Amino acid sequence: MRYLPLSDLDRTHMLSRIGVQNIDELFGDIPSAARLPDGLDDLPDHASEQAVERHLNQLSGQNLNAGQAPFFCGGGAYRHHVPASVDHLIQRSEFLTSYTPYQPEIAQGTLQTLFEFQTQVAQITGMGVANASMYDGSTATAEAVLMAARITRRQGCILAPGLHPHYGEVTRTLTQTQGIQMRTMAPAINQDHQIADLVTADTACIVVQSPNVFGQVVDLAPLAEAAHAAGALLIAVCTEVVSLGLLKSPGEMGADIVAAEGQSIGNALSFGGPYVGLLACRDDRKFIRQAPGRFAGQTVDANGDRGFVLTLSTREQHIRREKATSNICTNSGLCTLAFSIHLALLGERGFRHLAALNHQKACALADQLARVSGVELLNQRFFNEFTLRLPKPATQVVEALATRGVLGGIPAARIFGPGPLDDLLIVAATETNTDEDMAEFTKVLAEVL
Amino acid sequence: MAVHTQDRATRPAATDGTQRLSPALLQDEGLLFEIGETSKCGVDLEALREQPNRLGDLARTSSTGLAGLSEPETLRHYVRLSQRNYAIDLGLYPLGSCTMKHNPRLNEKMARLPGFADLHPLQPVSTVQGALGLMDELSHWLLQITGMDVVALSPKAGAQGEMCGMLCIRAAIEAKGELASRNRVLVPESAHGTNPATAAACGFVIDQIPANAEGRVDMDAFEQKLGPDVAAIMLTNPNTCGLFEPDIKRIADLIHQHGGYFYCDGANLNAIMGKCRVRDLGVDAMHINLHKTFSTPHGGGGPGAGPTVLSSRLARFAPLPFVTHEPGSSFGLVEQGEQDGAADAFGRMCAFHGQMGMFVRALAYMMSHGGDGLRQVSEDAVLNANYLLARLKDVFSPAFTGTCMHEALFDDSFLEGTGVSTLDFSKALIDEGYHPMTMYFPLVVHGAMLVEPTETESLQSLDQFADAMLSLAQAAKDQEHDRFTQAPRTAPSLRLDETQAARHPILRWTADVD
Ligand SMILES: Cc1ncc(COP(=O)(O)O)c(C=O)c1O
Repeated sequence: MRYLPLSDLDRTHMLSRIGVQNIDELFGDIPSAARLPDGLDDLPDHASEQAVERHLNQLSGQNLNAGQAPFFCGGGAYRHHVPASVDHLIQRSEFLTSYTPYQPEIAQGTLQTLFEFQTQVAQITGMGVANASMYDGSTATAEAVLMAARITRRQGCILAPGLHPHYGEVTRTLTQTQGIQMRTMAPAINQDHQIADLVTADTACIVVQSPNVFGQVVDLAPLAEAAHAAGALLIAVCTEVVSLGLLKSPGEMGADIVAAEGQSIGNALSFGGPYVGLLACRDDRKFIRQAPGRFAGQTVDANGDRGFVLTLSTREQHIRREKATSNICTNSGLCTLAFSIHLALLGERGFRHLAALNHQKACALADQLARVSGVELLNQRFFNEFTLRLPKPATQVVEALATRGVLGGIPAARIFGPGPLDDLLIVAATETNTDEDMAEFTKVLAEVL
Repeated sequence: MAVHTQDRATRPAATDGTQRLSPALLQDEGLLFEIGETSKCGVDLEALREQPNRLGDLARTSSTGLAGLSEPETLRHYVRLSQRNYAIDLGLYPLGSCTMKHNPRLNEKMARLPGFADLHPLQPVSTVQGALGLMDELSHWLLQITGMDVVALSPKAGAQGEMCGMLCIRAAIEAKGELASRNRVLVPESAHGTNPATAAACGFVIDQIPANAEGRVDMDAFEQKLGPDVAAIMLTNPNTCGLFEPDIKRIADLIHQHGGYFYCDGANLNAIMGKCRVRDLGVDAMHINLHKTFSTPHGGGGPGAGPTVLSSRLARFAPLPFVTHEPGSSFGLVEQGEQDGAADAFGRMCAFHGQMGMFVRALAYMMSHGGDGLRQVSEDAVLNANYLLARLKDVFSPAFTGTCMHEALFDDSFLEGTGVSTLDFSKALIDEGYHPMTMYFPLVVHGAMLVEPTETESLQSLDQFADAMLSLAQAAKDQEHDRFTQAPRTAPSLRLDETQAARHPILRWTADVD
């Protein structure tokens, strides 16, 4: 077995040094009725690298991947080009095979990159501070709601009608046991502003996504005002962070906490994970003390030289146990590094350019598709994703497109369930789409309708 | 704040009188924001043809301030920073409870196959049959290894797996109409912090149970705590002292008799694969850290994956989404509560299907070992830990007598009278070329040092580590104080001031910090 360095000779020597006759003596505490004398004999025996590779290649080949088809899926996960150097750097042994930086003197690489990551997240969201990551955008949203409830000492939470339904479900699942009272409205493309009317004296927070799940860009400022007037907080959710290169930041519009999915920068689609949840908030002691997860912070070493450590950990489970602000331990470490490197390569200029390119492509695609007979574009304002009303159920249309080699977006029913949104198709365009891709999509859509 | 100068000339030399840090190999490196510029870009993007604006009046007018670098500068920045990290690929990483084993590179290659990496989670199910097939195979391996009935793949890490298991238990209690009365969860005081944090996050009240003098659950105390309001016990096995709980079957039987459930923290599965199945121990739910037992890399803190295996009593409460497969037909995906078989699902843990990238790596790892190799993994992990224990036990102070499982726990009584603390000892180990062991965990042992070598260390590597440990213990006894209080002296940073970091938090760079 290529990963196991001990030889049988080593094992014999070690057993005698320990002072036991055989290996099973070391497993003597296992109740005899539970022992497995034959091991895992229903599983295949060990396999060579070649054999494993052959099998996994075969499974990989049974999928139609995004690079094989004109591809327009979004809905919370976006296909962007990741520079080759990003994936190379995150595979450096020192980043890939190190643990959480519990010994800061020999983990400055991880700690400085986390500090840089936190800064970048704060910069693009327009917020004061950001933590060292959550699992994904949806769990960041749930944690933000719990954080808002602790800060305001209130239990009411209002979800906007344009929130990704999976984000709503995760938030409900992860907060239901804490007495959070959730309110929401029927899903709608352009009704997010109406939740201002639902705010009451018991509202801890309102949760608004922009661009929303239908691609609509939402003005958060009036919602922030409404929330603040009632002593509540505004949680801004963003599932496509590239949009922040072209849009006013949530911070500028008055958000108190931002929960976002960072996958778009530096991270592959990877069938849904691992991704990187971003959590940013006001630079306010009251907020930071209630925040979940890890923070890297700046300090000095015994020489007075700058260095970084994990800090404010008295909020966390390993110190505070059942009183911790969250149970999170392992987070999205390496995905934060990919995010940070990609954003360093882009810089302000590249980030804005990338966002503008996405917007340009989406505008062109939306206009093309809207000219197909029977298709209606439903968004007034959008970034790189928009919603079409089709003359047929979108699920059928997407299946028909797939059989013709086009991955043409996400039926709203896929995420909302069957019902009134059956004829809606959510379509995304990014810098990865060519003119030919778009022409092919438009042509095939016309054919299948 | 002065510009970053690692003034190495002023730092104390290593004990052998040489300076071990070469400025050529360990370059000074400022922050990205000090070396980059907002106008610099390391990516060539397609030129903009036009600049439409369908953003209403919401277009950005302010600068983000993001610093940019060209590609060569980017490589230098991150490679220089990487060299300030210890890593498994550099040496033994004996962090108890963390299972820092070798990360096979085949797994990295497989996770990057375009059929996995370039796949969208919401593509039509007909276009992702290979991915669903992989998830199904992974489930099969995990269920064979544990003997359990069902596995929920979506939890994103160990702590989220705990949450998944405890929410299943909560749903089962609710289904019996007992939610109002059954809300107490028993947690040994040796438990990892995520256990009580999870139970609290699931709305339960935590009741600690003490350990006995042998580092196991105190059975008398446990039995006294049982009652009709007990929802579950959360028990790590092998436990966080590195010991198998010999009364585990009795614990399971008793908790079941009282109408409660047995949650097992599976962080230490690496010690028992192929030796026993947790089903036969009476477990109802257990998370598996793919980033521990199944070698997916830790990546400086994540990502992980925490698939959670469930007994038949909890299976129907498993969260959405999950893969279905009728023999002879294609794979399906249940994502909505209205779909068949999902009526009792307690909810959803994350936006999509879980950590696919980790699933691929873990399956590659399991196939490489096979059933025979996984058993060998556990045997070698336990053998390596016991070998270290045997080599160290006469000088160090083992917390408990007898052999251990995959990790060896020491307390700090061997340091009595030396003036050296567990912290100082750990920092001194850095100057010997090692990452320290887990310190001050579990909490039941004074000045705990938890040493987990894993099965991927050679005998030579174990001997070198034992030699270093023994020579340090001798140095402590010889009152070589500076070697401990000044440690580490050879690391990229000297001891860092954590108190200042917490008292005056600086959590981001700003232009005026410098
Ligand atoms: C015993 C034990 N339980 C639970 C966890 C939590 O796992 P994770 O960090 O993947 O959330 C860990 C590891 O950190 C652990 O060692």
